[in-house]
Amino acid sequence: MAECTIPTLTTMDEVQRKSVLPSDYRADMAGLKQLDLKPPILELIRRASSRLPQDVIDALVKGRDAEEEGSRAFNTLNDMVKNILLADGHVTPLCQDTGTLIFWVRHPYGLSQHKVKQQIRATVVEATQRVWLRPNCVSSLEGKNTGNNLDPFHEGHPVVHFEEWEKSEIEVAIMLKGGGCENVGAQYRLPDVTIGAGRDIGGVRKAIIDAVVKAQGQGCSPGILGVAIGGDRVTGYEKSKEVILRKLGTPNPDPKMDQFEKEITNDLNTLGIGPMGYGGKTTVLGVLVEEMFRHPASFFVSISYMCWSSRRRVMTIGANGDVSFD
Amino acid sequence: MIRLTTPISEDQARQLKVGDEVLLNGKLVLSRDMGHKYMKEQKPEWLKPILKGMVIYHCGPVVKKNADGSWSFVAAGPTTSIREEPYEADVLDTYQVRGVIGKGGMGKKTSDGLVKTGAVYFHATGGAGSLLAERVKRVVDVHMLEEFGSPEAFWVIEVDDFPVVVTMDSHGGSLHEIVLAQSQERAKALMAK
Repeated sequence: MAECTIPTLTTMDEVQRKSVLPSDYRADMAGLKQLDLKPPILELIRRASSRLPQDVIDALVKGRDAEEEGSRAFNTLNDMVKNILLADGHVTPLCQDTGTLIFWVRHPYGLSQHKVKQQIRATVVEATQRVWLRPNCVSSLEGKNTGNNLDPFHEGHPVVHFEEWEKSEIEVAIMLKGGGCENVGAQYRLPDVTIGAGRDIGGVRKAIIDAVVKAQGQGCSPGILGVAIGGDRVTGYEKSKEVILRKLGTPNPDPKMDQFEKEITNDLNTLGIGPMGYGGKTTVLGVLVEEMFRHPASFFVSISYMCWSSRRRVMTIGANGDVSFD
Repeated sequence: MIRLTTPISEDQARQLKVGDEVLLNGKLVLSRDMGHKYMKEQKPEWLKPILKGMVIYHCGPVVKKNADGSWSFVAAGPTTSIREEPYEADVLDTYQVRGVIGKGGMGKKTSDGLVKTGAVYFHATGGAGSLLAERVKRVVDVHMLEEFGSPEAFWVIEVDDFPVVVTMDSHGGSLHEIVLAQSQERAKALMAK
């Protein structure tokens, strides 16, 4: 029987010591046009690739402790916890599939999006050389790997979303989304007679259940579901990824939706799919839902499945130039 | 717990049953999408001695090149196996492979192939890239690195007590089929609510 691993990550002092961001780094927020974000972004990638967020670890541990000790589900969740500690301790990728790299940059007026995109691209190349990222960008038909994680022609990878906002700080969020879980994402167009789903919250619920049953363990369960109700085919899927940035255990701002998230999570955990599809009580760690507006004729439910190794980090650069990571 | 060292005989493979927990030792050969397409379509002869009695691992590792030119595995968990469904049964038969390691399980065609050839499907914990890389003692060789790129190349590695579970056996058994059927049944009940 596997020993029960205590989920203690390295201390923040240790993280600081290993940081690649010089301790005296301070962003020059007075010169937004000339800002060099490469050093903090490199540290952001390092943390995202090797150190799982605490809320995800807590959810995995809660799942493990709900399984029968010594069962395959228990041992599998325990191995996941062990893996988390090893990756954090060694600063190595949590998973060999370091995923599609998605960035969200929110910034004040005056920052050059063109420059920041080039800085992100250069930093991704460096992180790949440092073996924190696997080269994951190949041409579709020939399968040729570019070797550096860059889509050379269309700049489609890494994915970078920009938004100008009124705050004076800069926020950069990152997600490393593996291919296995991306492959089990699904988009439903309601009504859907094949699953008896109408254009209401009951129909949304059926779509979610159907997607999770179809996914089985293939998205590396227990997964985290990001669900967007509405939008169009593109914005729905985009939103379904963005909502996965919300911490598990943080309530949905909409009380009705919060209730729905809790109920559907409980329902899904009675499916018996369990960690890696081995059977068990822990099939999902959480469901995060956001309602959007839609065209009257369209009713999409877009579902992104995030594997248990939900690698996401957010970096904030304050108006004074200080960098903090969450 | 069963300890097995590759190469594995047909008899050893046929003794394994769904649910068996196995620690693998000896060599494994990594291959995934490009490798499987290549093996089925081109049936390269040079792979025959390398794969006979061997276990194929569906994995695209993160590897590091050391100063002395040798390689180290940094993260090496399994990738989703179902993508190899069109190829695997042929690969098992052509190369007399005795086992496949991956995640998520495989379909009917592969299951039939396991029965015919005398081989098993081993499941490893997905996402446990660091944990499984620790069980890699050394990188013995690599083939088609230039052509396929590092995640797709045929890496030959030597492992030490590599932990897997038999989820599909040579008697037609599949844990994945059982869990699928049970969860579909439960989903029906949930949707009727």
